[in-house]
Amino acid sequence: MKRGAAHRIVLTALAWAAALAVAFPLLWTFITSFKPELEAVAFPPRLTGVDWTLENYRTVLDEGGYARSALNSVVIAGASTLAAMALAIPAAWAMAFAPTPRTRGLLLWMLSTKMLPPVGVLMPIYLIYRDAGLLDTRAGVILLLALGNLPVLVWMLYTHFREVPGEVLEAARLDGASVVQELTQVLLPLALPGLASAFLLIFTLGWNEAFWTLNLTSTEAAPLTAFMATFSSPQGLFFGRLSAASILSILPIVAIGWFCQRQLVRGLTFGAVK
Amino acid sequence: MSQIELHGITKRFGDHRAVDRIDLAIARGGMTVFVGPSGCGKTTLLRLIAGLEDPDEGRLLIDDEDMTGTAPAQRGLAMVFQSYALYPHMTVRANIGFALKLAGMARPEIDARVERVAAMLHLTPYLDRRPAALSGGQRQRVAIGRAVVREPRAFLFDEPLSNLDAALRGRMRVELRRLQQELGTTAIYVTHDQAEAMTMADRIVVFRDGRIEQAGRPLELYHRPANRFVAGFIGSPAMNFLAGPRAATFGAAEIAIRPEDLTVAAEGWSGTVTVVEHLGAESYVHLVLEDGAPLVLRSRPGEEPANGAKLRVAPVAAKVHRFGSDGLALG
Ligand SMILES: Nc1ncnc2c1ncn2[C@@H]1O[C@H](COP(=O)(O)OP(=O)(O)OP(=O)(O)O)[C@@H](O)[C@H]1O
Ligand SMILES: [Mg+2]
Repeated sequence: MKRGAAHRIVLTALAWAAALAVAFPLLWTFITSFKPELEAVAFPPRLTGVDWTLENYRTVLDEGGYARSALNSVVIAGASTLAAMALAIPAAWAMAFAPTPRTRGLLLWMLSTKMLPPVGVLMPIYLIYRDAGLLDTRAGVILLLALGNLPVLVWMLYTHFREVPGEVLEAARLDGASVVQELTQVLLPLALPGLASAFLLIFTLGWNEAFWTLNLTSTEAAPLTAFMATFSSPQGLFFGRLSAASILSILPIVAIGWFCQRQLVRGLTFGAVK
Repeated sequence: MSQIELHGITKRFGDHRAVDRIDLAIARGGMTVFVGPSGCGKTTLLRLIAGLEDPDEGRLLIDDEDMTGTAPAQRGLAMVFQSYALYPHMTVRANIGFALKLAGMARPEIDARVERVAAMLHLTPYLDRRPAALSGGQRQRVAIGRAVVREPRAFLFDEPLSNLDAALRGRMRVELRRLQQELGTTAIYVTHDQAEAMTMADRIVVFRDGRIEQAGRPLELYHRPANRFVAGFIGSPAMNFLAGPRAATFGAAEIAIRPEDLTVAAEGWSGTVTVVEHLGAESYVHLVLEDGAPLVLRSRPGEEPANGAKLRVAPVAAKVHRFGSDGLALG
């Protein structure tokens, strides 16, 4: 019994250590964002006797661009996820319920495009976007992210759809459901938890996308990831402001994630309890 | 008088013909039972009729109309799946009413019809539950209700009772048969259980390897099996098959005798009793003949021989089924 208690304490400590290690950078950023610039770069860093301030936040918000970038982030992440969903749902439906001998290969082939480093196609895409007038436009970024995340989304939805028994869809077909009704009234409600988690993941990927947004946007379509980067240049590093900008950038996604998670849990237990 | 006609229907999976050139006419208003061992193509044929699969060859007529390539919903057939395939996210009420809703029927009329069907199937107390909160038997009845409410041209049942326990299965069998006769709707019923086939069918179709072995009324199949396979498949315990000189005396390559058609006699084949099964109303005596051939005979209770007893048995001559070397019944 005594050994059991010691065992539990060790495990708890390990769990806390792991959680702290994961959360440490975020925590540090949070703390730094409330320090004056001089304190922010001080070494060794101090936690006591600091002159805590909201100055960094004021500067970041005053400098302008936050509101527009935040809106761009919401629009880009939201629209690219919805567009990807619109393409991926029918694709995953076909692959899950009308598979052919080549379905598996097709899925792997789609996924393999994600193994290419994006920088490998930066040049052609930049040139195409320049000539098509898509540079620094929301539509351009949305298009790229929607297509870029499509393979992962199709794969995820395919996995979720496969857990829905095909006979339920066939029953709907016999009951007179059209293809659209079969999808919207039977398949999607049944796959809702999977759909929600896929949506959340792809939305987060779109929100966090930095490579393409940094390279293809400048001001008009710049989302928060690009906004954040402006604080690391050109006047040199301002760690306090950079930290404040980072915290401001992740706040919305944390809020959305928290909200979706609650919905997700509710959705999962709703059917079982009721 | 036939409502559904199949002409040369064939379905291949790769090189394998799951359904092989089937010609069949399903009578209007009757209960036709498809029976056969596992993997013989019963489900595939039912799905072809429902329109869930397309045949590689052949034509399908429903009410004299060619429906070979028609979408499932347009065929006017209702199917009950072995897995029930209920909509888990809908209440019992919504499950039963789904087809009517899709057909654009007005809400009050849907409600009225759903309530009527629910009352018929004793589902009224469960109308607002979801399938997860129902017992297996209740789910089964919801699946049947979903088919009945549409007033289809025909019901297609794919082993609808196989997930129920034996007692409930026996009860549902009778209930389903009564319901079908009351409604007078044509039904095709798939099972691999020959006893279920015998009790439910107006007409039985015996399948093997995608082909029809024999079709006919239950007692016709029982008393006049067309071949060795049907003889062995229909009836429980199965027929006794004997080959060699014993069959030769009847002028056949092989003979088959039902357990009830064997009697203990002064003159006959001698054997030793190995097991006696007491079922109450009757008993089955298992014998081994001198050359090792097994034999089962039915005996009245109280008249069974003891275990290990030696005795002689003889068939009722008129009840011996004779088969040629090709397995087909002789004369
Ligand atoms: N989608 C499919 N792809 C390939 N082969 C299939 C498919 N569906 C069925 N088969 C094959 O076709 C044959 C007939 O299958 P079917 O399901 O119709 O048999 P069944 O008579 O219903 O058997 P059971 O009594 O076990 O349900 C089997 O050999 C099966 O393996
Ligand atoms: Mg089957």
